[in-house]
Amino acid sequence: MIFGAILAGGVGTRMNISDMPKQFLMLGNKPIIIHTIEKFLLCTRFDKIYIGVHTDWLMYMNDLIEKYNLDKAKLVCVHGGVDRSGTIFNIIKQIKKEYGGNDDDIVVTHDAVRPFVTSRIIEENIDAALKFGACDTVIKSTDTIVMSKDEKTITEIPNRRFMYQGQTPQSFKISLLFDLYNDLNNEEKSVLTDACKICVVRHFPVHLVLGEVANIKITTVTDYKIAMAMVGGTKFD
Amino acid sequence: MINCTYQLVYPRTFSVKYSEVDIEKDIIVRPKYMSICHADQRYYLGKRNASVLKKKLPMALIHESCGEVIYDKTGKFKVGQNVVMIPNIPEKVRPGEYENYSLGAKFLSSGYDGFMREFVALPYDRLVPFEDIPLQIATICEFISVGVHAINRFDFCSHRYRDNIAVWGDGSLSYVISCLLKIIFKEAKIIVIGKNKTKLSYFSFVNETYLADELPADLKIDHAFECVGSYGSFYAVDDIIKYISPQGTVILMGVSEDKVAINTRDVLEKGLMLIGCSRSGKAEFESAIKFLKNSVFQRRLMAIISEAKPVKSIIDIHEAFADDAKNMFKTVFKWDI
Repeated sequence: MIFGAILAGGVGTRMNISDMPKQFLMLGNKPIIIHTIEKFLLCTRFDKIYIGVHTDWLMYMNDLIEKYNLDKAKLVCVHGGVDRSGTIFNIIKQIKKEYGGNDDDIVVTHDAVRPFVTSRIIEENIDAALKFGACDTVIKSTDTIVMSKDEKTITEIPNRRFMYQGQTPQSFKISLLFDLYNDLNNEEKSVLTDACKICVVRHFPVHLVLGEVANIKITTVTDYKIAMAMVGGTKFD
Repeated sequence: MINCTYQLVYPRTFSVKYSEVDIEKDIIVRPKYMSICHADQRYYLGKRNASVLKKKLPMALIHESCGEVIYDKTGKFKVGQNVVMIPNIPEKVRPGEYENYSLGAKFLSSGYDGFMREFVALPYDRLVPFEDIPLQIATICEFISVGVHAINRFDFCSHRYRDNIAVWGDGSLSYVISCLLKIIFKEAKIIVIGKNKTKLSYFSFVNETYLADELPADLKIDHAFECVGSYGSFYAVDDIIKYISPQGTVILMGVSEDKVAINTRDVLEKGLMLIGCSRSGKAEFESAIKFLKNSVFQRRLMAIISEAKPVKSIIDIHEAFADDAKNMFKTVFKWDI
């Protein structure tokens, strides 16, 4: 089976626009998260779409689903975890509870604050996860990446040719992700900022899916302004 | 949902427009295949007048496309149903009138965004379901429906003596018209007149083909379809008027940027009827789908369809248009963007 997992666990303290988590801010006529969920609903290959939401906002999320008349039969809200991996694993636990474990089941995880994801990216994630077991959505890095370990001076400048910027979706065979995660020790788990890293640290190959520059993550006030300008304007290629 | 629309902003330059689409209002279709029309190519290459380009762009191209219904709150279509999308959005159609000529009608890809979009939201009556037709062929349904419309009007308006029907032009439109005439008017002799020997050789199923400058002096035709357009319009129309028998019907279908001089003296003397035809309505889309189910017709169409590589990016769109410029007939491509 194919599952979607929309991650909205954060409380969004970086925004300062309001007290509201950023995924609930309006973009055009609807909240950002509703645009993201609708994109997933328009992919007919998903059997179910799970939304991981911070406990304080679960009721609010359910109200939004009602208000915007989304297809409730396809959506399930789940308590978010303490961090990103926690939210993903709460969703995986819920999937296992509802559908049991199946070796071929895959999950397409996606940030709620990336409403510009395209159907091509979602479809290619599904195909890659089914075929390879794990994939990440990336774009070629246009900026030079500079590494600094002491936050004062440059430690290293990696060759830009090999640098990519990670986006989402990130998609996995559920059984694979579950087994690899449980194999990690607490120290390894504590430094996980990215689900793909679970595979990388255990040397499981993660395939690349080409993302889009427009598939931005709305994290800061500037991102939010850019997103609003995008919906109102045009981008030249 | 935020939708991506791939607009031509000026010749050979595309931009992505992001816009909100209400998924509750209309039926949401994911385009799967698209086909390039001469009109699209003219916009792409900037071959329209500067004032027209200024007025119509930015605009998404493509009005020939089929896709899959992926969301329908009304429940009229099943999710996964293949459909052909109708680019004609009629306004007020009076009884007995054709919807494609109605006042205020909109045409998607002429002044309004065409189908080069991630998703297309259309009302129920602008979709025609189909089954058992390869998508590469179903995508040119609009093109076939234009031919069906022209032949329906011809059948309705012309006199009943249809022994010799001639088609001027050796391009895709002429090919489709000739195929349809051969199916609909089985007893008639179908004659095709063109300028390119290689292209004419594709018309193996018609009774006679001639090069335009080698027309026999004793050529007699009852009716004619002009599918030439552009700079050749004048010569085609002039030859038609010369060779057609009195009281014949001339169906004009070729588009010309310039005004075309017509030998009205002979039109009057012969009592000819000149009928302009463009675009089509829903009924003709439905007829076109019926024709497309015919396996002989399908095989004939396959001879003129070239498939460009799947379009996954704006670079691929450019490649599809470049391929089309090299192809003699129709170019189709999978829409995977």
